[in-house]
Amino acid sequence: MALILTVDDSASMRQMVAFTLKGAGYDVVEAEDGQKALDASKGNKFDLVITDVNMPVMDGITFIKHLRTEANYKFTPILMLTTESSADKKAEGKTAGATGWIVKPFNPDQLLAVVKKVIG
Amino acid sequence: MAIDMEQFHQVFFEESFEGLDVMETGLLNLDNGEADDEEINTIFRAAHSIKGGSGTFGFQNIADFTHIMETLLDEVRDGIRELNHAGINVLLKSVDCLRMMMNAASEGSDVDDDEVKVNFDALQNILGSESGPSTAASTAVVASDTPAAVSAGAGWKISFAPHKNFMQFGNDPVRVIRELATLGALNGRVDTSKVPDFASLNPEDMYLSWEMELAGNVNKAAIDDVFAWVEDESDISVSEAKNTAAEAPNSADAPQEAASQTAVAKKSPAASTEKKEKAAAASSSIRVGIDKIDDLINMVGELVITQSMLSMLGEDFNMSRLEKLQEGLIQLSRHTRELQESVMQIRMVPISFTFSRFPRMVRDLSEKLGKRMELVMHGENTELDKTVIEKIGDPLVHLVRNSIDHGIEMPADRIAAGKPEMGTIQLNAFHRGGNIVIEITDDGKGIDKEVIFNKGVEKGLVEPGAKLSDQQIYDLLFNPGFSTATEITDVSGRGVGMDVVKKNIMSLGGAIETHSVKGQGSIFSIRLPLTLAILDGQSVSVGSDNYIIPLVSIVESVQPKKESLNMVAGKGETYKLRDEYLPIIRVGDLFQIPDAKAQKLEDGLLVVVEADGKRFGVFVDDLLGQQQVVIKSLESNYKRIDGISGATILGDGSVALILDILGLVRMTSKQV
Repeated sequence: MALILTVDDSASMRQMVAFTLKGAGYDVVEAEDGQKALDASKGNKFDLVITDVNMPVMDGITFIKHLRTEANYKFTPILMLTTESSADKKAEGKTAGATGWIVKPFNPDQLLAVVKKVIG
Repeated sequence: MAIDMEQFHQVFFEESFEGLDVMETGLLNLDNGEADDEEINTIFRAAHSIKGGSGTFGFQNIADFTHIMETLLDEVRDGIRELNHAGINVLLKSVDCLRMMMNAASEGSDVDDDEVKVNFDALQNILGSESGPSTAASTAVVASDTPAAVSAGAGWKISFAPHKNFMQFGNDPVRVIRELATLGALNGRVDTSKVPDFASLNPEDMYLSWEMELAGNVNKAAIDDVFAWVEDESDISVSEAKNTAAEAPNSADAPQEAASQTAVAKKSPAASTEKKEKAAAASSSIRVGIDKIDDLINMVGELVITQSMLSMLGEDFNMSRLEKLQEGLIQLSRHTRELQESVMQIRMVPISFTFSRFPRMVRDLSEKLGKRMELVMHGENTELDKTVIEKIGDPLVHLVRNSIDHGIEMPADRIAAGKPEMGTIQLNAFHRGGNIVIEITDDGKGIDKEVIFNKGVEKGLVEPGAKLSDQQIYDLLFNPGFSTATEITDVSGRGVGMDVVKKNIMSLGGAIETHSVKGQGSIFSIRLPLTLAILDGQSVSVGSDNYIIPLVSIVESVQPKKESLNMVAGKGETYKLRDEYLPIIRVGDLFQIPDAKAQKLEDGLLVVVEADGKRFGVFVDDLLGQQQVVIKSLESNYKRIDGISGATILGDGSVALILDILGLVRMTSKQV
């Protein structure tokens, strides 16, 4: 089964995403900021990365930039979680190497629909 | 998939309350001019997280409210807008308002809509926008789900030419095409003309492009949605097809999403009845760092190893292995002690939990009173038992308010006195001995002993002309009904309070001391035990019974001399120690212990204790050892007894009662 990395400094969001994905049969690894996510990516090969944008220590955009330079993650889909108000963040994220985005707020069904779209 | 979102609510509330504290602290720093970009970023991030979470977990009112705060903060972050003092005030009030809304959501109580409206309008005013609270964020969210009106009954002609680097964003053209196919009947041709010969083919590059026809009554917006992620990495053109094709089902996505959203919305009111119970249960929980739990598990592991070592020894024991046994027992006692310490650590919480409310309080009060002061805090990471932390909050608030109100002078008076215009309030927490000390220091006008003394005479608390030590004069401040403020203010109240402060501190097994220099300031120093569950005690014997006297209250122990004993008619016996006359409390007589050995003073020992700022001699047969004892409640196991604060079980299995020194003093003064 596909292995997914979810990155968010908010524990409730992270748990909700992880719980939803696990419920759908995916394996999930959680990280609370970009740096921890980057560390986690070194030991695993994730099939999909879902990351928040606004985080302490290392934000989502910087994380995506770094992750894309890793040989293992050149073609891995990376989705960012973003809100309506940060439309320019989408562009910034795309430039950094993001595949796409999920707009907050979203419910578990919407999340699963997007994940299924990307990794089947 | 139906997921009960409520299971995440508790975590969401916890982190949101933390986020609000972060915002408050950040805003206060901003107001002090101490803020850098990172500070503003932190405030923004907290607001952003609360907004994202509240929207996701179904608290739309909170999401709407936070949205406008976030917009404002975003502008500040981007340097478009400067935040002045008034703006920070509005944001601080909004934080309070959010806290109220959050409380309402977590406890299922009502939201004060007027309060929300007032704060919302204040925020809108800053932003210079007119729109009402209910529309702001929600419309933006809905808009993204609403399909655009443009649709073509005849279908669409789509050309899709991904750029060479298309794959390097984790994109997959197959995903895009598969998604298009869900909208309607899709026909297409792939253009392979750009694929180079095998030798020069780079498998990481994209060489293909597609020409497609999508039939049916499909919304243009639905097609745009499919391409939304890839529009920067490919050339896309979508145009209306000329000829009519077979009718295809309409975009099913939007109505479905709308339906699932209403389902979520319907769930929350039904569940709100349980919320109160859940909140109550959560309040008695404690958050413990993983490292503390790991320590604990480690310790238990060690204990198990020692235990198995000892049981192996016991199975086949002879005297030649005595040394090994003793070694094992030493290890066992060390591990037990460490385990005990680790368990105690779990209940320990940094005092910053209590301190964190003061910056805001000091700011609000100084504004209200027209005084200028800064708050300096040290030792916020000092840890205290959770129960102590919870109970010390109110007394601390009272003392700080008191220092601001009665201590710090008005700016003009300060300048006249040759002091800096800005007053300073200091909060310090640190370890001293087995205690935690919290000091509240101000550089205000200090306590005028004469005024206090005269007031005490006036109130009939002291006799005119009595000679009192400084400490005794300061202790008058903590007398019920004592107030030196010429005018009653609503800041530090009317003299009720300081006595309650003292009572609360005493009930925690602590003490408060006052030091002051007229014109220079005052220090209130609170001494608290680290924990309420364990006590450093001195065991003493009276007859065949053992008692424990808390070490904190012991000053010294003396071998009494007969000639120093005085009998005062009607006032019991006193003992002259150096220049002081100590009232004697005979434990044997008080508890009517029949076999108390020492009847004559010179046969026993006098433990000098301090309570209520006075000293007493507690007369016992003998001193035994000092030890840490675990306090067991007498009330819950038997009943309350005057002069006894609890019981403990000693190493030999016998029970020893713990003396309540303050209670003893009260008992004896009643008898007299």
